[in-house]
Amino acid sequence: MSTQTTNAPTPGAVAAAAALQSTRLSSLDTLESEAIHIIREVVAEFEKPALLFSGGKDSVVMLHLATKAFWPGKVPFPVLHVDTGHNFPEVIDFRDRTVERLGLKLVVGSVQEFIDRGELAERADGTRNPLQTVPLLDAIQRNKFDAVFGGGRRDEDKARAKERILSLRDEFGQWDPRNQRPELWNLYNGRHTVGQHVRAFPISNWTELDIWRYIERENIELPGLYYAHERDVFARDGMWRAVGEVSQPRPDEEVITKLVRYRTVGDMSCTGAVESDARTVADVVVEVAASTLTERGATRADDRISEAAMEDRKKDGYF
Amino acid sequence: MSTETLAAGLETALPTTLFRFATAGSVDDGKSTLVGRLLHDSKAILADTLDAVARTSADRGFGGENATGTRAIDLALLTDGLRAEREQGITIDVAYRYFATDRRSFILADCPGHVQYTKNTVTGASTADAVVVLIDARKGVLEQTRRHLSVLQLLRVAHVIVAVNKIDLVDFSEQVYRDIEADVQKVARELGLGREQSNASGVTDLFVVPVSALDGDNVVDRSERTPWYSGPALLEVLETLPAADELEADLESFRFPVQLVIRPQGALAPDAVAAGLDVEAYRDYRAYAGQITEGSVKLGDEVTVLTPGHEPRTTSVIGIDFAGRSLQEAAAPQSVAIRLADEIDVARGDTIAAAGTVRESTADLYASLCWLSPKPLREGQKVLVKHGTRTVQALVRAVSGKLDLATFNVEPASSLELNDIGHAQLRLSAALPLENYLHHRRTGAFLVIDPLDGNTLAAGLVKDHPGDHEDERYVI
Repeated sequence: MSTQTTNAPTPGAVAAAAALQSTRLSSLDTLESEAIHIIREVVAEFEKPALLFSGGKDSVVMLHLATKAFWPGKVPFPVLHVDTGHNFPEVIDFRDRTVERLGLKLVVGSVQEFIDRGELAERADGTRNPLQTVPLLDAIQRNKFDAVFGGGRRDEDKARAKERILSLRDEFGQWDPRNQRPELWNLYNGRHTVGQHVRAFPISNWTELDIWRYIERENIELPGLYYAHERDVFARDGMWRAVGEVSQPRPDEEVITKLVRYRTVGDMSCTGAVESDARTVADVVVEVAASTLTERGATRADDRISEAAMEDRKKDGYF
Repeated sequence: MSTETLAAGLETALPTTLFRFATAGSVDDGKSTLVGRLLHDSKAILADTLDAVARTSADRGFGGENATGTRAIDLALLTDGLRAEREQGITIDVAYRYFATDRRSFILADCPGHVQYTKNTVTGASTADAVVVLIDARKGVLEQTRRHLSVLQLLRVAHVIVAVNKIDLVDFSEQVYRDIEADVQKVARELGLGREQSNASGVTDLFVVPVSALDGDNVVDRSERTPWYSGPALLEVLETLPAADELEADLESFRFPVQLVIRPQGALAPDAVAAGLDVEAYRDYRAYAGQITEGSVKLGDEVTVLTPGHEPRTTSVIGIDFAGRSLQEAAAPQSVAIRLADEIDVARGDTIAAAGTVRESTADLYASLCWLSPKPLREGQKVLVKHGTRTVQALVRAVSGKLDLATFNVEPASSLELNDIGHAQLRLSAALPLENYLHHRRTGAFLVIDPLDGNTLAAGLVKDHPGDHEDERYVI
């Protein structure tokens, strides 16, 4: 069955329409609709939004939602990447291909440049994730972005669980958890004064499993390291760390080849891999559903530094 | 469980639906424990989190020396929030939690009860399909319970569930439960809350469930220790109630506030073009993007376009598009893009509605306001009103009363303070398609915003004009 309407260009896929009718929306459809509504509100009400895009799965899902929100038009905002200089090369490659495919403008804030200029100091533990805040705020100010989309989810962390979908930041990018605007119905208040900006989290209500089910359903491409592959790793802090330029084993740390995958993709110096034989998205959905460890607890050294690690970084203007 | 059986389980379980609920309660009524119990028993808590909580519980000597199992774990710690809160032993704000069963994915807005309960309850309840109100079985219905139920009635929350907690501490007494149940029903009758009072517009259900959050009785599974209670456990109630979206999708009054116009004018998405999009056919593409707030729409439907300051215009729907798919029909809460038959000027802030179902737009706004700001409301003040996708200036003409939440009486007032709920009359700078909140939860809601710092001052609920009767005003 096909639907011909008067001046309607009828794109190939018509059949799927029937599936949506007369049935209740699935939780994924409801979450998708909510996210698209938020993305459109921000684009309509702000002068110059940008999307934080790291090539990580949450930011890839965000970009996919943006393409759906404005179809058949282009995504009407640039993407912003804070490059720690310690990123996985395959993720940077994925980022560049994605930007090219969608015809987007890419703005890069470089941690390395700040270190080279002496405006940031390397940390003793070599971790660069906490250093991203300064280049992030610099890029926001220099490009006059007044709204920045992020792929943060409330199930990730206690601090995120309390953050609004539209989160007001002051001149220093700081989040004040005690002074948040009440968020009522689906009416988002994005008003801000000069110097302030807003972080927008359209997928706040998604869980890690929702993200993977959606990636499977929408057939979304991700960097290959999200799927099981052989890699030279060594054990540190209870995680498998990849051998690379910036993460070298100490003499007492034995390097072995293991079948691993990444649950989060961040800085190579602090992101750990998990042992996994999940080679396809369907395998990953099953694995995540059965997982007994939280996503960040399993794979992010930077969140283990203190119990309130995320809360402190957010107050300082982190994502 | 083997990978295979788990995969089979996922297969049969999909697709689940989404259900949003909030919790409300007084101090020490065990709300955090109940939330922790729901998360724990629905297996939403992963091993590393549970280990950390178990360690902290042991350090603090929770449950005494001989406690075992979940009796030895302070479930309230599962919802423990920010460091600032832990240090001060308070809860700052609404926190959101996520868990799922085979049937449903749940979003839980955990609203603190003691400080600013009105602000937090209003915020949590505004997006909730159901609210769970806790009562301590030893204390029964308190003034705070009456206040909570009053706010929920005002906000027309679709389902209210009263959990009579700590039933273990009254020896699972049926008499205690029955007395509290009767008190709850009495308050509900006074408020006009519950199925007995339901009419075409109000679908508020009321359930009363005896629970022990500490031991898990009637939380996830029905308890053998309350043989006199034959109803469902709390989670069963939450799994089976219809979501507000489902109720709203069934309404005949289609409403679609336009968020923005999609008009690529040649700037088509390169990935869509690469996938074979007909560039010529889409050169003059023009569609109105938004989220359906209630009802449903199908191709060919007659619709009215409401533009503030203009005469309403009637046309028909010739396209319902979503990311490359042409739909025959769409319903709340879907986000779509709608194409219209006539080339009329439509912009953000306009509303597309089912023809013949809309009342005349008006610049006179009569409303209930839940005041959420430390800055009080004064007569003569200028504010901003955000309704749907339109923000306009407004003048506060009069404050006409304040609700005593404990007695439900309206008392005279000329200003509103933080956590007050009152009635006010505002004059808007443009006529808007305002609708009574009783019948239209989305298009009857608005925000009051401070024009100086942009902060949200109040949650607004549109009321009918005084002396107005339903259906008497001009229907477009």
